[in-house]
Amino acid sequence: MNGAPVFENTYDVAVVGAGPAGLAAGATAAKAGLTTIVLDENPAPGGQIYRAITTTPVRREEILGEDYWDGQKLIQEFQSSGAQLVSGATVWSISRALEINVSQGGQTHLINARWIILATGAQERPFPIPGWTLPGVMTAGGAQTLLKASGLVPSGRVILAGTGPLLWLLAAQILRAGGDITAILDTTPLENYVRALRQLPGFLLSPYFAKGLRLLTEVRRKTRVIKGVTKLEAQGKDKLAEVLFATGSQPATRMAADLLLLHQGVVPNVNLAMSIGIDHRWDELQLCWVPVLDQYGNSSVPGIAIAGDGAGISGALAAAERGRLAAYAAVKALKPEALSHLPAEQILLQALAKAQAGRAFLDTLYQPPKHFRIPEKNETLVCRCEEVTAGQIREMVALGCEGPNQLKSFLRCGMGPCQGRLCGLTATEMIAAERNVSPQQVGYYRLRPPIKPIQLAEIAAMPQSETAVKAVVRG
Amino acid sequence: MSHTADVIVIGAGIHGCSTALHLAMRGLKPVVIEKDHAGRHASGVNAGGVRQLARHFAEVPLSVASMELWERIEDLVGDDCGFTSEGQVLVAETEAELESFRARVDELRAMGFTHEELIDRVELKKLVPAVSDSCPGGVVSRRDGAANPFRATQAFRRKAIQLGAKVVEGVSVTGFTRQGAAWRVSTTADTFEAPVIVNAAGAWAGRIAAMFGEPVPLEVIAPMLMITSRMPHFIRPVVILRGRKLSFKQFNNGTVLIGGGHLGRAYPDTNYTELDWTKLRESARTVWDLFPIMRQATIVRAWAGIEARMPDDIPVIGPSSTAEGVYHQFGFSAHGFQLGPGVGALMAELITTGSTNLPIAPFSIARFSNAIPKH
Amino acid sequence: MFRRLPETSAATVTVSIDGADVQVRAGDTVAAALLAAGVHPYRASTVSGAPRAPYCMMGVCFECLVTVDGVGNRQGCLIPVREGMRIETQHGKREAHR
Repeated sequence: MNGAPVFENTYDVAVVGAGPAGLAAGATAAKAGLTTIVLDENPAPGGQIYRAITTTPVRREEILGEDYWDGQKLIQEFQSSGAQLVSGATVWSISRALEINVSQGGQTHLINARWIILATGAQERPFPIPGWTLPGVMTAGGAQTLLKASGLVPSGRVILAGTGPLLWLLAAQILRAGGDITAILDTTPLENYVRALRQLPGFLLSPYFAKGLRLLTEVRRKTRVIKGVTKLEAQGKDKLAEVLFATGSQPATRMAADLLLLHQGVVPNVNLAMSIGIDHRWDELQLCWVPVLDQYGNSSVPGIAIAGDGAGISGALAAAERGRLAAYAAVKALKPEALSHLPAEQILLQALAKAQAGRAFLDTLYQPPKHFRIPEKNETLVCRCEEVTAGQIREMVALGCEGPNQLKSFLRCGMGPCQGRLCGLTATEMIAAERNVSPQQVGYYRLRPPIKPIQLAEIAAMPQSETAVKAVVRG
Repeated sequence: MSHTADVIVIGAGIHGCSTALHLAMRGLKPVVIEKDHAGRHASGVNAGGVRQLARHFAEVPLSVASMELWERIEDLVGDDCGFTSEGQVLVAETEAELESFRARVDELRAMGFTHEELIDRVELKKLVPAVSDSCPGGVVSRRDGAANPFRATQAFRRKAIQLGAKVVEGVSVTGFTRQGAAWRVSTTADTFEAPVIVNAAGAWAGRIAAMFGEPVPLEVIAPMLMITSRMPHFIRPVVILRGRKLSFKQFNNGTVLIGGGHLGRAYPDTNYTELDWTKLRESARTVWDLFPIMRQATIVRAWAGIEARMPDDIPVIGPSSTAEGVYHQFGFSAHGFQLGPGVGALMAELITTGSTNLPIAPFSIARFSNAIPKH
Repeated sequence: MFRRLPETSAATVTVSIDGADVQVRAGDTVAAALLAAGVHPYRASTVSGAPRAPYCMMGVCFECLVTVDGVGNRQGCLIPVREGMRIETQHGKREAHR
């Protein structure tokens, strides 16, 4: 992008995130004649699934696969819609008056919106094994980003470990790109196959069924897959040297490694939504917080909707449909006479249902086991930023700590720059397990803006809000 | 189910927990009823300043007495509460401000208090090398410091329980009825009976007072704080301003806390607070001016706690003017944390002996008796 | 750990990494460029000083923090490299000295 973007003071609709949900929402709102801005913090649109789709140096289409290139349709739809996209733009605060503070080019801009659609997507679930902070240990998604955006392919002694569709997709992409994989350590619990059988009929209808099977076959043919891995550690002094693993009750095996790519599913990126005070609930199947939403994606805060995987994990196709539906609701509220330009509500709802078919199968099959969500070894780091261990958390719970917010005060757990993104779920589940109560009862960190660290200088120079906050409430 | 106690304390902030502890130390059986959990609000999320410096003259005797308890806090509650004593410095930004500070320090001396010391530019630079060269001096209170507020509140709670107090959390008070010489307190769970009630309900204390027929002009406020990522050490004492709003402190872990009383918005019914970035911008600008080293600092988090403020900025401490056996201990107006240990001791003294050694007349609830018409 | 796909364009920009001029691929983010250049250790943690490197590459983990053109604690995975960019790795609590 050339030159500084021009921000208007007010937009009908502001969308946060330019992945499938955000692009579809932005295009839909703009096509209905609403002034629409999409704010995205990455250098280019596409989100994570279609990362760098307009800029990728990967030329051979078969490497990333047809599902990736499908994203081009969304980009074209967006580009012809008249919606404005600002990349490199980090939204760090949204108020209930729908004022947005967005940092772009080292400067904070204030935008007012009449409607806001959060499409902040997913992040990979924390995978707190011993040694997961060592250089040489990354997430599978991280390696995929390097491939899509920079044409960098894992090479040397590369081990993929974990569970979930993305792990297999990445393995296939690495192999097609001529990269190296020494082994895949599959941590999917064997009992999950049995549990998932019940959901199989639904999955047979899923758009992901046939593709998924082909992918598994392709990867298994070309590389070594070790199933039923129950123990996993990264070891090394100042970087990864070995991966230690075991299956079932077998003795542990060591494997020399340069790169360990971890993955055990994705979870909604909740920081922005929670910082606005949007109600969330614990999802017992997906094992994460999901916002409480109506069928359009409207949240508990009036004027703010959530679409895409941030609304609960459903995948890229469903994300786009949820984006269209959320934008439909925005048009209905702000400019109902323009609804005739959009597909009927029933059609949107049916498209979403179709895209979500079979989700329960994937959620059940790839539900990560407890011992990889809650570290058994007390020395394992839970909070990477503040270097808080599982043992320290257990000790605090024994002393009477009932929730993650108390951990903050006593241990600084969750107080570093990532603001709990890499420890929050672990902390909640760990406290719940120790106290023998549900994660819902334990709750989550209280999140407030800025949802990403920001320079003091930038705050000092930011524009002034016109809406004065009413500071005093009569008690 | 019904429980009886000697005293029912409403609110498990540092004040309620301290009063419970001191009552238990005097052999009584208090029950503390808390609608959330101990230290959930202002007591647990404030800036942690332990400050005698720059207090309202009426509060000075209580603050000095409380300081003596802070200095032996580990003996009192079995935990050091993260208390450190690196002093607090009130920085003058102008010569005129320094002159007004001089008058204040002189007046305190005449009252017999010597904890505040006027300092010149040289001494200020010695204590706070990072402060802007434009500041002509200030006032230091060398024994002041800071503590970890949540940890401190929890320590008072824990010690009170060890000595026989009961703390009931997640339970809200719904009403009071008179039962002979006792009060019956109905809640969202059990009922409780005691001859004595202490209203230490912080931002919600106005609602409790109103149940006893004495409404007060209490405002619910949400003072905001910001904190930086870890930085190399550059400042030891807590720094405060009086003209512009600022309190400023670096922790041992290197993070720098920026507060000072700019207000966000409180939603007392849902415990939610909303930050006001226009005002936090003012905080950032003040820091920018006063501490050039902070211009490259990164703000990692910001938050606000829900607190009660009285129109005259001093608390309500003492017996109810309408209901026998009822005592108030609220409205600390965003500077009650340091007073917690001392005022808890004083309340226990008042309840068990009927009087206090230190003067509390300025804090009487009767000062508001004409402020709000009664129904 | 990584090698570049042969079809990747050869266009480069020059940045400085801890004072040394380095040619990096135009279009990479700072974090990708440092990984491709084999910079190790990428960062040292602010608590124990332990070595760290980018973990998520999607703006979540904050392991890729660097100082860019004098501004500390920037997320290297979100910032594209630019000709003449001054990148400094961060080791411990150093940002205040910048």
